Amino acid sequence: MSSDVKGAHEAGEHGFEPKIIVFCCNWCSYAGADLAGVSRLQMPPYFRVIRVMCSARVDPEFVLRAFKKGADGILVAGCHPADCHYIGGNYRTRRRIALLKMLIQQFGYDPDRLRLEWISAGEGEKFQKTITEFTETINELGPSPMRGGG
Amino acid sequence: MAVTDKVGAVMVVGGGISGLQSALDLADSGYKVYLVEKLPSIGGVMAQLDKTFPTNDCAMCIMAPKLVAAGRHHNIQLITNADIAIVDGQAGNFTVTVRQRAFRVDPTKCTGCGSCAQKCPVETADEYNEGSKVRKAIFVRYPQAVPLVYSIDPEKCIGCGICSEECKAKAVEYDQKEKVFEIQVGSIIVSPGFEEFNARLKPEYGYGVYKNVVTSIEFERMLSATGPYFGAVLRPSDGDIPEKIAFIQCVGSRDEHCGNEYCSSVCCMYSVKEAIIAKEHGGSIKPSIFYMDLRAFGKEFDEYYNRAKNEYGIRFVRSRIAAVSEDPKTRNLILKYTDNGEPKEEVFNLVVLAVGLTPAADAETLSRVMKFRLNDDGFCQTGVFTPVETSRPGVFVSGAFSSPKDIPMTVAEASGAAAKAGTEITSARGTLVTKKEYPKEKDVAGQEARIGVFVCHCGINIGGVVNVPEVMEYAKTLPGVVYAEQNLYTCSQDAQERIKGKVEEHKLNRVVVASCTPRTHEPLFQNTIKEAGLNAYLFEMANIRDQCSWIHMHEPKAATKKAKDLVRMAIAKSRLLEPLENLTIKVNQQALVIGGGVTGMTAAIELARQGVRVHLVEKEKELGGNLRKLHYLPSGDDPMEHVKRLEGEVRAEKNVTVHLGTTAKNIEGYVGNFKTTLSDGKEIEHGVVILAIGGQEHKPEGEYLYGKNKDVKTLLEFKEMLKKGEAKGKSYVFVQCVGSREGDHPNCSRVCCTGTMTAATKVKDKDPQADVYVLFRDIRTYGFREKYYKEAAQKGVRFVRFDDERKPVVEDKGGKLEVKVTEEDTGKQLVLRPDYLVLASGTRPQHDAEELAPMLKVPMTKEGFFLEAHMKLRPVDFATEGVYLAGLAHGPKFVDESISQALATVSRAMTVLSKTTLEAEGIVASVDESLCDGCGICVPTCEYKALEIVAHKDDPKKKMVDVNVGLCKGCGACVGACPAGALTQKGFRDEQILAMIDAALEQSKKQEVK
Repeated sequence: MSSDVKGAHEAGEHGFEPKIIVFCCNWCSYAGADLAGVSRLQMPPYFRVIRVMCSARVDPEFVLRAFKKGADGILVAGCHPADCHYIGGNYRTRRRIALLKMLIQQFGYDPDRLRLEWISAGEGEKFQKTITEFTETINELGPSPMRGGG
Repeated sequence: MAVTDKVGAVMVVGGGISGLQSALDLADSGYKVYLVEKLPSIGGVMAQLDKTFPTNDCAMCIMAPKLVAAGRHHNIQLITNADIAIVDGQAGNFTVTVRQRAFRVDPTKCTGCGSCAQKCPVETADEYNEGSKVRKAIFVRYPQAVPLVYSIDPEKCIGCGICSEECKAKAVEYDQKEKVFEIQVGSIIVSPGFEEFNARLKPEYGYGVYKNVVTSIEFERMLSATGPYFGAVLRPSDGDIPEKIAFIQCVGSRDEHCGNEYCSSVCCMYSVKEAIIAKEHGGSIKPSIFYMDLRAFGKEFDEYYNRAKNEYGIRFVRSRIAAVSEDPKTRNLILKYTDNGEPKEEVFNLVVLAVGLTPAADAETLSRVMKFRLNDDGFCQTGVFTPVETSRPGVFVSGAFSSPKDIPMTVAEASGAAAKAGTEITSARGTLVTKKEYPKEKDVAGQEARIGVFVCHCGINIGGVVNVPEVMEYAKTLPGVVYAEQNLYTCSQDAQERIKGKVEEHKLNRVVVASCTPRTHEPLFQNTIKEAGLNAYLFEMANIRDQCSWIHMHEPKAATKKAKDLVRMAIAKSRLLEPLENLTIKVNQQALVIGGGVTGMTAAIELARQGVRVHLVEKEKELGGNLRKLHYLPSGDDPMEHVKRLEGEVRAEKNVTVHLGTTAKNIEGYVGNFKTTLSDGKEIEHGVVILAIGGQEHKPEGEYLYGKNKDVKTLLEFKEMLKKGEAKGKSYVFVQCVGSREGDHPNCSRVCCTGTMTAATKVKDKDPQADVYVLFRDIRTYGFREKYYKEAAQKGVRFVRFDDERKPVVEDKGGKLEVKVTEEDTGKQLVLRPDYLVLASGTRPQHDAEELAPMLKVPMTKEGFFLEAHMKLRPVDFATEGVYLAGLAHGPKFVDESISQALATVSRAMTVLSKTTLEAEGIVASVDESLCDGCGICVPTCEYKALEIVAHKDDPKKKMVDVNVGLCKGCGACVGACPAGALTQKGFRDEQILAMIDAALEQSKKQEVK
């Protein structure tokens, strides 16, 4: 019984346990996520990071596949404008995500389920803040349409 | 290998950004490097910076890859916590005695996990955060420190033994002693950096007395996300957000009272940057910068300054602050200053002192031990034509140790010093470097996945939160996994041996380690599996520490669940991993240098001395370029003499072929394999290109009557008259910033102020009675050049500041010039009737830049200079590998700076030319020819110009894209753009990432089914 209560607590509010996929570029955002760890910044545990070399590697197919497989939210994190290790990859990401937001809306997804954020290697705290806020957003939106939500 | 008494190793003293760059260049071009640093970790001051101007790049983001590369390089030995005790011998063969202080921690055992520091009961001021935070007695300097080894501060340690108990790796050794040892090297580079000016020496500003007066470096830490308030700008006295912040410039610079008459070169720009960042952090913050001259003299610096003024609304007040006092009730600060002659008082909530750069703390010791000379200001002495050489042969210098300077110039000098250090010992290149031998790779093609999983406890860092045995047992149940185990530290030396043994025992063909971050540890494990005969790319990592146990410390169940998910994702990808080959590219070891001025000649000579065949192409009929036109240098050195010396050296160098009156008509190819057709029809094959095409003085036709009145001259024209003794007059007016800092040329031309001082002083020397006026906006005689400004003023040159809105007006009154100028400070109008009007007109790029840029696929700035790969850390590289730039083609600069850059291109080029083959990245894009329809959407996504549309291999009527692996950097941007799915990124294939996505979401689906 007590372990169930604890489990319920760990499953977040409303008993809903969001599934969040985070794409991090290798050079800035992934390093920022690591720094959050080194600094022991605590945040909700419902996200899973997939490392790519550059945020521009995030093929629209990845986003659509993740939604199809039941992701409630997807965060793409890259280097700040002008910081890109690969010079300008993040500018392409920005355009792609803007288009994808429109596309998922047509599939009945709230565009807020897809988020783009610039997180530098020095911004462990921004990583924490982004994850916390995004988890809250997804909690408010509830399960994705694929999982019977709206 | 020729017999030589030279030693093929270099010692680099100082592990800041300068030392790092020198070390990496040398280690990549065939020399063994000993990088000696006095602190326990490398990184220097740049590691403390939040952002860097003028791009606002995050300092750690751009520096960390270099830190990690230096820490990992098998030809760089880091010797930290160490000083130089004795230097014996001579150029080519030195014996250096190094004294290394005890870490009191065994670096071979310490895994950097930090458990010791968590438990250490002693707190002390954290130097990295300038004392604004605390650290423990057992510590690393900063979270990303390299080497990541903790050390015990002997001053602070109370010997309680807690850290020793806490350390599961048994790395703590209280009785470790200092080590003294000798190292043989051929050359030495000193780059110990600088010391911040001690603001307490200016008591009138109240630093150390008033809590809300901080130094610029303390403020920088405040802006940093890893700083005392996690990036928030707060007052130290009460934690309130300061609304009004005053930056006081020139604290300890341009100030004879404190003994530092020189300008510190970087403070104006870093203050502008800090003001911008502060404003970005909190919109309510109103920064004001109090300055004398705003010295934004570098590439695109003025545009940054303009943005600060116009877009960020930062206030600039031209005034030297006399004193700061405090209101004891509010802890606010009252600044007294004069504005347009009127005394004023203003209240601020926070004051930032822009402290200057002073010589490195150990400058005198180093100079004594190494026997080189310091200059009058206590910096390392160098010459105009020898900017990276100390007075002792074989000992070279770079960075702020020779004069205050910014990061790009430091990095260029660091490469330049590396070139000189390498030339000294060229005959011993390759004699001391090692190449690691690995067993023959096992062929695993077509085999079913046999995955071994190693789950790390990381002492208690993971195991204290995540249920590691449960994760390990879970891993065993996943498809493809044939073996799993748990380790106390999977990164420890004995664990590597275990992994190798298990690969053998269980015939593993994939290895997954669940531990910390691949960013630091992947190469270690990849090396281990290579030693076990597996391809390095058959390795995958799950980050269950930094991105799991450390950030979900109070949720062990959720953390364990997440760790399982992460392991499942890694295994899913691992099943699809395939061996990758690092393709090799042949290198043609010749160089092409375009431009035969001082920059091109310097590069050509240095390359030739390193054994490279060089083609030097100059469009004019003679070598020498702009240096022929300078006539005078402020230092008193003769530019013409230097041109002749260089010309002689070029002619004497059998490795250099000079092509005069020639240009490059066509350049094709890529790094290691260029082919150039010259205007005379000759064809040259070469491995690198150095662009040293120079610049030219702007001819301001029509402006200030230039071209209309014969007595209006540009600065260079006037210098020529001076040299020939043709300038005969009693009255001279110089006008600054003609064609610079205005209109289409918004940036400063850097050299004109100092050039004007030289000419004006010459006039006064010849005729002390002459009237000499300099009409200016800001005098930008940065660094030690400040003394030429002072000298000119002392000799009676008069300086009149005008506002850019009210430029001087020149009229021709019957052949006699009349100049009217309104003095900015007083508003008074001055009417001058000079015999000569000298226009300090700006530096412009050469026109041929526009032809060369598309040939080499390199970018240009909007002003027409070439644009380097990265303004801060890759000042002489292009993003296109194998192409380098130096001198005025990069932007306006002084002769010594051009020479530094020329030498830098040599060092960068030698990282290519010292090899017969280059290894391409393993993670590159590749194309499935059957799917590609040659649409070309991918081509513009590639920043490295690695993609090209060619005729289809199967059907020449159709098109397809071709990936040049020599140029590909493996970012995958093209792959994400390909609509046909024809492009793929090795190591990050679509199937591999999709498998991770599916694996990540698998569990939740199952739960829902239930």
